Parts: sequence; structure tokens; C-alpha cells
Amino acid sequence: MVDAPANLPNYRYVSRKRRTKEDRRFVSGRGKFVADVEVPGMKHVAILPSPHARANIISIDTSAALALPGVHYVLTGDELGEATSSLFHGLDLPNVIWHPLAVGMTRYAGEWVAAVVADSRYIAEDAAELIEVEYESLPAAVDSEKMIDEDQPLVHPAHGTNVLFRKTWEWGPVADDFASMPNTVSYRARWGRSSTVPIETFGVVAKWDDVNEIMDVWASIQMPQYQDQIAAALRIPMNQVRVHNDVDVGGSYGVKRGIKHTVLVTYLTKKLGFPVRFIEDRLDNMSGGDAHGPDRIFDITMAFDDEGVIKSMKIRALDDVGAYPGRAPLQLGKPMTALCGPYRINSIEYEAISVTSNKTGQVPVRGFGQSPTNFAIETGLERVAKHLGLDRIEVRARNLVRKDEFPWKIPPGSIYDSGDFHAVLDGIIKTSNWDDLVARRDALRAKGRLAGVGIATCLEPGGGNNIFEFLFNPKLEITTFVESVLMKVEPTGAITAVMCTTTSGQGHETLVSTIAGEELERDPDTIRVLHGDSLEALPTRSPVASRMAIVLGTATSKAARDIKSKMITIAAHDLGVEKDQIEYADGEFTVRGNPASKLTWAEICHIAHKQFHRMPPGHELGLQAYAVQQVPGAGGLPDENNEVPLYPCFSFQAHVPLVEIDPDTGKVKVHDYFIGHDCGTAINPDIVRGMIIGGVAHGIGAALYEKFEYDADGQLLAGTFVDYLLPSAHEIPPVVDSEHCTPSPLTSLGQKGSGEGGYLGAPAAIASAVNDALAPFDIEINELPIRARDIEAALYEKTR
Amino acid sequence: MKQVEVTLNVNGKDTTLTIPPRMTLVDCLRDELRLTGTHVGCEHGICGACSVFLDDEPIRSCLMFAVQAAGHRITTVEGLLNEDGSLSDLQDSFWECHAMQCGYCTPGMLVASESLLAENPDPSEDDIREAISGNLCRCTGYQQIVEAVQMTAKRRREGAANG
Repeated sequence: MVDAPANLPNYRYVSRKRRTKEDRRFVSGRGKFVADVEVPGMKHVAILPSPHARANIISIDTSAALALPGVHYVLTGDELGEATSSLFHGLDLPNVIWHPLAVGMTRYAGEWVAAVVADSRYIAEDAAELIEVEYESLPAAVDSEKMIDEDQPLVHPAHGTNVLFRKTWEWGPVADDFASMPNTVSYRARWGRSSTVPIETFGVVAKWDDVNEIMDVWASIQMPQYQDQIAAALRIPMNQVRVHNDVDVGGSYGVKRGIKHTVLVTYLTKKLGFPVRFIEDRLDNMSGGDAHGPDRIFDITMAFDDEGVIKSMKIRALDDVGAYPGRAPLQLGKPMTALCGPYRINSIEYEAISVTSNKTGQVPVRGFGQSPTNFAIETGLERVAKHLGLDRIEVRARNLVRKDEFPWKIPPGSIYDSGDFHAVLDGIIKTSNWDDLVARRDALRAKGRLAGVGIATCLEPGGGNNIFEFLFNPKLEITTFVESVLMKVEPTGAITAVMCTTTSGQGHETLVSTIAGEELERDPDTIRVLHGDSLEALPTRSPVASRMAIVLGTATSKAARDIKSKMITIAAHDLGVEKDQIEYADGEFTVRGNPASKLTWAEICHIAHKQFHRMPPGHELGLQAYAVQQVPGAGGLPDENNEVPLYPCFSFQAHVPLVEIDPDTGKVKVHDYFIGHDCGTAINPDIVRGMIIGGVAHGIGAALYEKFEYDADGQLLAGTFVDYLLPSAHEIPPVVDSEHCTPSPLTSLGQKGSGEGGYLGAPAAIASAVNDALAPFDIEINELPIRARDIEAALYEKTR
Repeated sequence: MKQVEVTLNVNGKDTTLTIPPRMTLVDCLRDELRLTGTHVGCEHGICGACSVFLDDEPIRSCLMFAVQAAGHRITTVEGLLNEDGSLSDLQDSFWECHAMQCGYCTPGMLVASESLLAENPDPSEDDIREAISGNLCRCTGYQQIVEAVQMTAKRRREGAANG
């Protein structure tokens, strides 16, 4: 069920219940995913992974593999490393070299050592088993806490240390604020190595055309600068790379960053002269796909008064990015955007440490580091309440930014655009019947069960503006995070909009057509939305950072308004009046006060395309517009205090789950889940609701089940869906979503981000509920995931 | 590579193919018959993205060799459409309820849901969750899928009452 916002503006299509544009092809089995792309003559790749976490490669014998009928080529790291440039890292790490295949040394179990190209995937896998590799196995570095001070095997010997980044920032008078507060709590919160693990693995098909000198790429990709990085690695101009953005991506939530897969395959097609395809199998994906998420230890101290009002905090975040960092260390930077959560905290010290280890690489995961940070902050709110014996909701209410305080600037410099946090919190307490939940909890406890009610309040920053990258690497002086749309009206009046990136479930065609329809008063069902390829497309930074409603949506409004203005100009000229005399409604351009004097939508389209003699002098023919949208409020570098506005728009959530725990097994059952949510204007309510509930499900997985566990030797223990548990419909409860609407002042229709949605608060809320259930036993677990066996072990310790 | 000849009945149509005996049913459907609506998710029988009907039973087409399907009726998502090519009531309800995001698990979810509704025209929410619990979805949190199945069941019951 959904409670619709009460203060819904009078939109015709926006915020209305409408079917999406995309779903029809998916229910028909007519989506076009990368594995559905069939390029004539394409051959297939299989990978040989390293069995060792850390080893020198002594020799590779490919002769038996090459002798197998149907095998075309076997590629090893020496050749690929020579022929291509190192892949991109977010940090400035000149001595951390990253190639798709291991060169000289393997750095994690599962790392790719060789690639076979054959007529079929079956034959390629057979051949991979015939490759003989001689390794010299070496001790591995797996414990992130030992990387800083202890002597550890070096993951990248040329770099000289396993610490990739370590820096402390201070915003505001931390020491003074700590000195002025009568109370502190210190705690550790740990976020386990999990990821989004889409049901579709990563895949890529590439075809080099040597006559036209063009590299066609079809991939299940969701990343900024994909084509830039392909071109850089292959050392070819960017306009020789054409990424087809019309591939449906089967889930991503941040992780579909298959740049190494793509460089491998594009190199092979260029070398071999025929199209090449690589689709990860599940083991490739989980052990060698470089698609793990944050693996983070927080040590935090909060300083607060006797009323529970927090004045300052010190955060130390240690993150293990695995063997190849890529953009992963920057996931310690994005949370600066909302480093104090939705709370009025005056000063912050933040130490960010990124270490490398002999594990598969980390990539951006839904929220880009925000969900672990939100969990760590919320753990502190729980601690403050416990320390003072205060109600957990009351402590949050006392610290939340008040609605009359927006725009609100936080210590690192972000400016919270709008919100009514207290209304959302109060609303969900009412909707969830909090007192009733507590009564149900107590009734369960009376029956000998363990039960708990959880609470979490958190922010979802949206929009991008990744200037935090500059704080991590001054070479990344990138002050825009742009998105574009091109809109055309055909001579017959039909509208086509071209967006410039892929979609992985966010419903961008629905987003663009709904907003264009709203602006132009045309039925969105009649508006076609295309995904332009990377050569046709205008500038894009891809659908990350909960940003598409904000930037693509605002770009769509601007392009549509531009087209409307052009049509009004044509109408005014043809009807012989000034522009401001024309009123537009429902496809008719009418002279104010003279309803008989008018032109229809179709007539103006006809004039614009076909009737030069009726056009205003000097006016562009046709009806087209494009908009290139900068992130609102972005564009500057940090000031001398390292303060800078980061993401522009802030959605807010309050989560309330009720859980029950089996006292014998430790198994957690989530009975009920309530979420109050405010993302400003929801363009399509069904899409927003799906994102929120899906995000909650994803967060429940991270909180209770999912972990890429490694043993002490660096062997991955969870490489299948039997060991890495994804929640099913049994584990995810019905979720009640209560929507509020505080429009953003920064976007065209007041929209904010919602894609990272429930994932940013659910882990904290579940941990809150589980710890409430364990409180009678004086047990507190602040390490995710909190698996049944962890609870069972803790209970056993207390009760034996 | 050894090849065998096999005749498969898929979506009511017989096709004779020459394929390696070790080819899985899902690879055969997708790569030989180009019925790409059925998806590959895990290839070890957990995720359910490759679910198809074998006669009237939903099965994992990644865990079965194509040759084993000879003599059976196979129905894929493409075969769930009405004869005139329009969406079935279940497919239409999935669209109406936005019971997906990326669409990758959707064909398997449709098969699991159709199987449930064939056996139980009036399923409870728990029945639906049980029926789709062998199919993983990473986007939706399952709720809009449950609602789509409820909507279909209601439509069918009302259709039966009116018909």
C-alpha cells in the first residue's frame, strides 16, 4: 500500500499512476540484454582464474588448449599488458598497474590469468582447463586492520605499502566542541564485504571494423567514462569507440563496471578480426568479476550534551578495496556529502583510509559508500540514546535538521536543499503504530521469543557532483557531472527524445516521456525515448548517484520548454501577435482573448518543417532542442577549509521494522517494515515505490545474509548462491511505504533522487531492531551481516 | 565435437536440431532457437531466471540438457503470450503493477506465477511468496510481483464468475 502525498500539485502525468514504458517488452520476453545481442561470426571467451590468492606466475603453457578443435586463440597477461595501458584508478597510483589478465603475479584467488577464444563457450571452457600454469604460491594479505602498522605481504610491491590512501579532514571546531560536551560514546561498527549481485552477470560483445576503424561495443554497463576508458586502454581515439546504450542492463545498482572485461574483449576482436563475446558465468562474476562492495571498519566517537544533542563526532573509516582499487577508494569520499546524516552536527573529524588486499576488487555499490556510513552514524544515535537512557526516536528528533532551517549547510560544505524530517518521522511512527509494534514485540518476548523494533533516519544524497574526488586526488579537477537530452518534434507532431546512456531498471524512458509529456501537454505514451549510442550522444556521466530524475529530468524539462517557446514564436508570427499574447494549452496555441485565432500543435509542426514562408525570419527550421544539464549548485572547487557543496538534493527516509529471532537458531524473521520517504516530486510513483522497497530488500540482505567471506589464506568461501545468500520472497516482508513530498527548489519539478532509496537506511534499521531484540541479554552486535550463526553464538556465550 | 539430432516441441512448435548432447536446455532455447526471453542467471539452479515449463511443471532450464527435453512440451515466456500476440492477463498485470525494474528475472517470475495460478486460483499472499521463493529478484523486493499475481488471480476469478 502507498499513502499518496497530500500536497500533490495539479500535474497531469507527473506523480500519477501510469504504466511504465519499459515493462511491456520485459513481460513479453522482448528485452534486449547483452547476451541477446547476436553479431554474425562472433566467438566466445572463457577465463582461466588463479587458484591462488597471491602467487608468482612462473610459466603458462597454452599448447594443449590451442590444439583443441574450435579454439582460435589463448591470450595471457604478458601480451595484453604490453599492448594495452593500465586501467584507470580514482586515486593517483602510478605504481599500481591493473590489467584484465594477471601480469607476472596473481593478486587474488579468482583473478584472470588467461582467456580462451573459441567457437562456443563450451569449447572455450574445455580449453581453459587444458592451460597449464606453474605458480609459486606466496602468503597473502587479507586482514585490512594489519595493513597499516604490521609487516604484511605487499599486494603491489612497486607501490611499497598496502595503504593506498590515508588522510584526515577536520571541519569546524572539533576539539572545542568535544571539550564543551559532558558526554562521549566511542564504538566500532563494521560493514561486511557484500555487493549488489545483479541476477544478470556482466557481459560484453565487441566488434572491430578495420575498414571503418570503429569499435562497436554492446555491454551490460552502468558507469561514467566507459568509452573514455576503453579508448585510453586500447590507445585509440574516443571517436573510434561506439558504445550501444540501447542494451537493457539486467540490474546493476552501481556494480556493472566491466571495464577490464571490455578491454579484454575489445583487444581480442581487434587482434583477431572477428566479433568476440564474453558473458561472465556466476563464479566468474563473484570471484573474479571485481564487483565486490565496501568492506569497512568504522571507529567513531560522538560528543553530546545531557539532552542527547550531538555536537561533534570523529570518524575513522578503514576500507578494504581488494587487489585493484579502480574507483573504489572514492567511496570513502562520497559520504562526505551527508557525513553527519540528517542531523545538526556542528563539527566533524574524518579520517579515511583505503587499503589494498589479496581479494577481488571493489566497485561502486548503490549509494557509493553512503549505506555503510549511514549504518555507522545510526549506530551512534542508538548508543547516545542508550548512554543517556533516552528514547531512540526522541534522540533522533532532537538532532534532526528542522524544516525552517533549509537550506542547511553541513560542516564538509554540502547544502541540504529542503525537507521536513520531523514530519516524515512523526508520520511513520503513526503509520507503523509504533506503540502497537512495541506491544507486539513484548507479547512475543512474553512467549519466550526474542523480538525487537528498529528505527533509523537517514538521507539519500542525489545528483552527483563528485568534487570529493578532487579531495582524494587533486588530478581529478572535475567540477561538472553533466547529463543531456535531445528532443525533436517530427513534421507530423510526434515527439522523440534521445537520452545518452544505458538503463538498468530505473525506468528512464518513463522518466523522460513523463516529464516531456507534462511540459508539452502531450500524452507520454506517444513520446518515443531512444538511448543514443556514445558517438551520437550528448555529454553524459551515466545513471549513477541517484541523479537521473534530478539532472536528466531537469534537462528534459528545459528541452521541452525550449521547444514550447519555439512553437509559441512560430504561432505568434503566423497569427500576427506578440509572443506574450499566445497561450498554450492541450495542443492548441491561442491568441489571448480571441479563442477563434489559434493554431494546432500539428499545424505548427507542419510550418516548422515544411513552410518556410510562414516561419519567423531568422528562425531555425524544424523543431528540436537540446539541454545539457549541470548539477545544480555544483561547479566550484573546495575552499581553503576543504568545504565544498557536494550533491545537491537530499531525500529523507525513516525506517521502522519489527523482527523476531528464534532463540535456538538465531534466525531473524522480519515481520513488518514501515518506511516514511520524501524524495520531493515522484515522477512515477510505482517506480519510486519499487526502488524504495527493492532497496529495503537489498539492505535486509546486507544486514542479515550477504557476505563475501574469505579465509585466512585469501580463498573466497562464498562464490555461489549456495554460500552467498540473496534474500527471497520469504525473507523480505511486506513493506508499507508512506510518501511525503517536499519539493526540491533546485530541480525543474521539485524532484530528488530515489534510486539508492531503501538501501541507505535498511541495514541500520535492521541492526537497530536486532539489537533491540538482543538487549535483554545485554548483547549488541554492530557488525554486518548479523547472520543467524552470529546471533546464536552470542546467545550461547551469554547463556551457557 | 559429437553432435546429436533432437526434436524439441517449444511453444507448440516442433523443431529438429543438431546439437552437442551436453548443451543445456537454456542455451539451446536461447542460442539455437533464438528464444532469448528465457535468461541465464546462475547456472546452478538457485536464481530461477531460466525457468520454463516442461509439460506443466516449471523447471530450471540451466539444470537440464536439451536432449532430455525431447518428447516433452516446453513453454517459454514467449509462449505465455495470447495466440494473437497480445499480453496474457498475468503479463498485463505485471505491467500494470510495475512488478519488475530491470526485467531480467521477469520471465522466470511469470513462469513461477503461472504455475501457481494453474494449481491455486485463489492464492494467499503467503502462497504467492512461497511459489516465487525459488526465483530471485534483486530489484523489487518482491512486493509488486506479489501484487501482480494477486491482481491476476482476482481478474481470473471475476472472469470465471462473469463468463
